[in-house]
Amino acid sequence: MGRTLYEKIWDAHAVAGGPGGRTLLAIDRHLVHEGSFHAFESLRAAGRAVRRPDLTFAMPDHYVPTRDRDPIAHPELKDKVDTLSANAARARIAIFPVGDARQGIVHVVGPEQGITQPGLTLVCGDSHTATHGALGALAFGIGASEVAHVLATQALWQAKSRTMRVRVEGALPEGVFAKDVILALIARIGAQGGTGHTIEYAGSTIRSLSMEGRMTVCNMSIEAGARAGLVAPDETTFAWLRGRPYAPREDEWDAALARWRPLATDDDAAFDAEVALEAGTLEPRVTWGTSPEHGAGISGVVPEPADEKDASRRQGLEKALRYMDLAPGRRIEGIPIQRVFIGSCTNSRLEDLRAAARVVRGRRAVVPALVVPGSGLVKRAAEAEGLDRVFLEAGFDWREAGCSMCVGMNGDLVAAGERCASTSNRNFEGRQGQGARTHLMSPAMAAAAAVTGAITDVRRISGA
Amino acid sequence: MKPFTTLTAVAVPLDLVNCDTDRIVPARFLRQPRSAGYGNFLFHDLREADPDFVLDRPAYRGAGILVAAENFGCGSSREAAVWALAGSGLAAWIAPSFGDIFLENSFKNGIAALVLPPARVAELRAQLVANPGASVGIDLPAQTVRFPDGSLEPFDVDAFRKACLLEGVDEIDLTRRHEGAIADWEARRRADMPWLSREPGSG
Repeated sequence: MGRTLYEKIWDAHAVAGGPGGRTLLAIDRHLVHEGSFHAFESLRAAGRAVRRPDLTFAMPDHYVPTRDRDPIAHPELKDKVDTLSANAARARIAIFPVGDARQGIVHVVGPEQGITQPGLTLVCGDSHTATHGALGALAFGIGASEVAHVLATQALWQAKSRTMRVRVEGALPEGVFAKDVILALIARIGAQGGTGHTIEYAGSTIRSLSMEGRMTVCNMSIEAGARAGLVAPDETTFAWLRGRPYAPREDEWDAALARWRPLATDDDAAFDAEVALEAGTLEPRVTWGTSPEHGAGISGVVPEPADEKDASRRQGLEKALRYMDLAPGRRIEGIPIQRVFIGSCTNSRLEDLRAAARVVRGRRAVVPALVVPGSGLVKRAAEAEGLDRVFLEAGFDWREAGCSMCVGMNGDLVAAGERCASTSNRNFEGRQGQGARTHLMSPAMAAAAAVTGAITDVRRISGA
Repeated sequence: MKPFTTLTAVAVPLDLVNCDTDRIVPARFLRQPRSAGYGNFLFHDLREADPDFVLDRPAYRGAGILVAAENFGCGSSREAAVWALAGSGLAAWIAPSFGDIFLENSFKNGIAALVLPPARVAELRAQLVANPGASVGIDLPAQTVRFPDGSLEPFDVDAFRKACLLEGVDEIDLTRRHEGAIADWEARRRADMPWLSREPGSG
């Protein structure tokens, strides 16, 4: 029987077998951000060294301010960013520091630099590491203990996951994007629908997505419960990677392609689960609750908790609607918003900024709106196209790269009680700030919310 | 790491579906060193908003086991969620399902994170609500959970995780026993894909 892409990458990295059927898996790439300070500390305490600094890359993103950051004024933020630099210097790990045009969100920079490549294993102490699966790499988030383990050994004990294939077929309707595909999938299978699985995204819709779109889809695999998401590499992947700083050189390119081309699921391979979505049936999506599974199409309404039969889930829905201050049956479209965030490892790439700018051009933001490019290079490319002027002239804030308001660790926060239209990945209680209310959506939809002050179907906005 | 074999302790029920790690420990506390005591941040915002939060009820004080709802610990990979729970005296958690990364993080910290069928977990929570302060017993070698009503529920646990808990294994030491195999793999990798270990633009 044939093998899935996941199984092929797994087999190629199996170093040794362990107790209970566990496998010691070799790790090709390890990305570390400021949160790695716990792991570096535990390594130091145990007197252990970093085994492969050449395969480890340090990228400050979670704590970096998005303005006034040279130098960083806030002492605690500065300490976290400086600690990463010090740990990287001590271990001779390459770093993309604040002030370097390449600095940015680890899940934007890794692919952008060509550090992420098909067929590799890649880990990072961040659950959105699944993003890198868009290039056909087996990439997943790990905790601090596993970060320390990879730093010390460049390997991890893993149990093979189950496999799920998500086939998305057909052309995306006008105004519907990769973000809507993944939000629709999460609503369909639930926030734990992919738990214990690695998801492979397949089908004509996925094939026709750009690399940016594929990254958006893979990024939110974890919101469906799956630690990793994958897209088989193809000509789109290869063309996108070619010439990037850490990609194979021209004289190595054919050898690299020969290794990458077989990275596809065999026709006779079997998955533990299969899910199908029709792209043509999708509309722009918005979350209304406090789990990414709490989502609806823009023409939908807030659901009625009383319709839920399971008592725990019913109670959960009631809590979510109380927190969000939304009544059952309320139409999604027209919900007023007080703030907009365009950014995060989900939606901060050039294509995302272009989609938002198309909506914004010639209009005015009627609520505070923040645009945070995913990397310094994305920012530079956007500025070369004049996108910064589109946003600035519309009254948006145009900032430096980082995780920013997705998680608020750098101080970019949504105030308590405020409703934020956000292109990020999590609408958890308090995620964007204590008491903040998050509605997840695509960049185009967030831009439409910014210029109207309410959740608005972007398809109603002319020229968008 | 301290071995885990058996535990009988007061158990606290938390009926919160999809309880994410942001709720367990909000992001703004993650800049603290572990010496700050992450137990102080456990469910910080939920407790602030609700003085009657279940963990703060006198009957459940000193609880050693948490009985949660489905998809407990989903979301962010922050291991601080485990440190916050463990720092509050909890040494095991039981749920119908856990977030994958949280589950892994739990075992790395010597915590037994046990999956039982949804109906049985609901039943266990109901018994704990009806008898606040009742104890639950976990027997890892025998793979059973003893409910307050005396009934025994078997559970499955990955043999690797079970062995690591029982022996308090340091995984890095375990891995080091495979140094030869890792070095061989690395040598093959260097030969096959030299571009993986090189500064950009260098020879």
